[in-house]
Amino acid sequence: MKPFVLNVALAAIAMSCASSTASRAGWEPVRPVEFIVPAGTGGGADQMARTIQGIVTKHNLMKQPLVVINKAGGAGGEGFLDVKTSSGNPHKIIITLSNLFTTPLATGIPFNWKDLTPVAMLALDEFVLWVNAEKPYATVKDYVDAAKKAPSGSFKMGGTGSKQEDQIITVGIEKAIEAKFTYIPYKGGGEVAVQLVGNHVDSTVNNPIEAVAQWRGGKLRPLCVFDAQPMAYDEPIAEGKAWKDIPTCKSQGLAMEYLMLRGIFMSPKATKDQIEYFVELFKKVRATPEWQDFMKSGAFNTTFLTGADYAKWIEAEEKRHEGLMKDAGFLASAN
Amino acid sequence: MEELANLFHGFAVALQPYNIMLMIIGITLGVIIGVLPGLGGANGVAILLPLTFSMPPTSAIIMLSCIYWGALFGGAITSILFNIPGEPWSVATTFDGYPMAQQGKPGEALTAAFTSSFVGALFAVIMITLVAPLVAGFALRFGPAEKFAVYFLAFCSFVGLSKEPPFKTIAAMMMGFALAAVGLDSITGQLRLTFGVTELLNGFDFLIAVIGLFGIGEILLTMEEGLAFRGGNATINLRVVIQTWRELPTYWMTSLRSCLIGCWMGVTPAGATPASFMSYGIAKRLARRGNNFGKGEIEGVIAPETAAHAAGTSALLPMLSLGVPGSPTAAVLLGGLLIWGLQPGPMLFVEQKEFVWGLIASMYLGNLAGLIVVLTCVPIFAAILRVPFGIIAPLILVLCAIGAYSVHNSTFDVMLMLVFGVLGYLLKKCNYPLAPLVLAIVLGDKAEEAFRQSLLGSQGSLNVFFSNGLVSTIMVLGLVALFWSAIQEGYSRLRTSMA
Repeated sequence: MKPFVLNVALAAIAMSCASSTASRAGWEPVRPVEFIVPAGTGGGADQMARTIQGIVTKHNLMKQPLVVINKAGGAGGEGFLDVKTSSGNPHKIIITLSNLFTTPLATGIPFNWKDLTPVAMLALDEFVLWVNAEKPYATVKDYVDAAKKAPSGSFKMGGTGSKQEDQIITVGIEKAIEAKFTYIPYKGGGEVAVQLVGNHVDSTVNNPIEAVAQWRGGKLRPLCVFDAQPMAYDEPIAEGKAWKDIPTCKSQGLAMEYLMLRGIFMSPKATKDQIEYFVELFKKVRATPEWQDFMKSGAFNTTFLTGADYAKWIEAEEKRHEGLMKDAGFLASAN
Repeated sequence: MEELANLFHGFAVALQPYNIMLMIIGITLGVIIGVLPGLGGANGVAILLPLTFSMPPTSAIIMLSCIYWGALFGGAITSILFNIPGEPWSVATTFDGYPMAQQGKPGEALTAAFTSSFVGALFAVIMITLVAPLVAGFALRFGPAEKFAVYFLAFCSFVGLSKEPPFKTIAAMMMGFALAAVGLDSITGQLRLTFGVTELLNGFDFLIAVIGLFGIGEILLTMEEGLAFRGGNATINLRVVIQTWRELPTYWMTSLRSCLIGCWMGVTPAGATPASFMSYGIAKRLARRGNNFGKGEIEGVIAPETAAHAAGTSALLPMLSLGVPGSPTAAVLLGGLLIWGLQPGPMLFVEQKEFVWGLIASMYLGNLAGLIVVLTCVPIFAAILRVPFGIIAPLILVLCAIGAYSVHNSTFDVMLMLVFGVLGYLLKKCNYPLAPLVLAIVLGDKAEEAFRQSLLGSQGSLNVFFSNGLVSTIMVLGLVALFWSAIQEGYSRLRTSMA
């Protein structure tokens, strides 16, 4: 533990020097910045974090290295608690997904997003309703009819994780169309898509990036997107269809909307300068062609928010998740 | 024949001087990563991934896959010399590799391990080259029930084929299941057995348990036995390699069987760990000197190493063609593919021919380069055992501590490793086998997950495990393996009563 204490002490001294001498010039990291991913390697958040790391390295956007660290334990709780307990350490940022809300609600770990300092919303991840291309459902209506006709609980929905975004959407669909699905949780989105290709489940709500390869290979068919408007990308992907051509679920009579936050937070008690530094950094990242390619490949919604707007968005979203999870019976206290 | 033309084009890509240089660097880095327990292939590749972003994708994947090969080779070194498996699939290698090293035959054990790895990987690459399109679809037939059946087979073949008293094996295995249950229950999303301790959110990591149980436990035992490393009189020259090579062809049957087991387990995305255990278990039953397994039998090194590498290599096939990573390392490689703008999936073989065949060609060459690098170093590795125990033991302890720390960057894990070390020592003193415990920690939660996913899908009916030809066959094989001893005894009794 000693070297660690020493490090903290040195960092504190360095920081106080930096803030006293260079407060006009803004804050800059004085040692490597840890980039925590509250999810496993290879998943959506991990891919995004590693892409950012690659962009930062390639374009020399930071003087200090950015180090990606996965802390996936307890549905990401491990990562959130780590940042929460690093109060006043500006060399630690975290990328979040919906488990920012769902993990504390479902497991009851002592954490709330207000424990962290919001930095910026990078993008929103879309959810699409997928079925196997061999199945006869060509439209949402065919799908809904089939799901309603099947004996209660025999229609299987595959998704990533338990009591997280995929299952929340599933419960939303069940309510909207008054049918009962069996939800089967898997570890990762890629696995879910393959289970659908192999006909081990009947439908999934994979993110675009998780299922696009199977769509292009003619194995899966997208039915609708859980967003208020269609996605923005009009480059053809498969069978002459583009992301843009996928209708919204609402327009097809399936009233459910859901987008997943891909945002950045930093440890508690960050100063204005420190927040400003990371906001500027991510603005630069967003301007690179690599980032734009990445957004296109995953058909992301590229909304960018910072400061009060960002905090307001999170607050509204937290209320919504509380409501959705309470309705679904997913709250920890409910057990 | 188009494939062959593509492959030769791939060789041309991989044989560019720049790529060969990357290959050698990759292998060397990989061996270093593999030797440090805990760092492991997945972490190593993840750390080095950003280095490759500025390279062309084909060169980048060549370097990364060479790191992967290097790590696989490196894992065998610590397993054999110090009884510390660096990766789950090297656990079975310690059973006979470590006794061999103690008997003064570390060179033979290392040579056998490296060569078998090479053979297994080569077999799998040839399979990928020839039948990739046919085999790729096979993984699609694996739903939760089929996956559970494969894990079931791995557990059963271990209990049924083990020489230890079955109840001790089962007791050790149950302990492993209990440890594997700690952490997040992935089916309900609830925390289990964490008692509000933040450090336990992630459960017990396999690597921490193994470093403690095997590495620290072994050091404690050696200390008790008088502070001497056996095996110090090892012959250390390159002739050992040639001598061992002369001996190896006699075990072609074991090799071939292990290759087949490995490829099968790799393509059905069950992975290298069950493959190595199963192959070891089966070799123990079928080999001529099977009774001597566990006491330093060279076939006991060949069987798990061949199978693990055949599986590890063929696991890349479902990753490329379906986008399902067969191992944590493959998952990181998958992330790399996406960053380079390559979308794994059915279209990759069609749209990115140069990349895919460059990768396959680099598997051939990377493996060969790896074999040459590690074999020439065999005498150096073996010479480590000549260092007095008083010097090497603290070094191993430090290495173990660094390894345990680097898994999650947590000092709690280092404490945990020491606790597991004491546990390992006690279990060994009481003659409980450690392997089933480790097997249960590695595969326990996966098996549980697959079991519960199957039952969710079937709405609670156990018939799902006998619902089609594939899953029934694997389940029946598992049951046969479980009761193998009883069946064998019954059969011989029947024969004597008939006579």
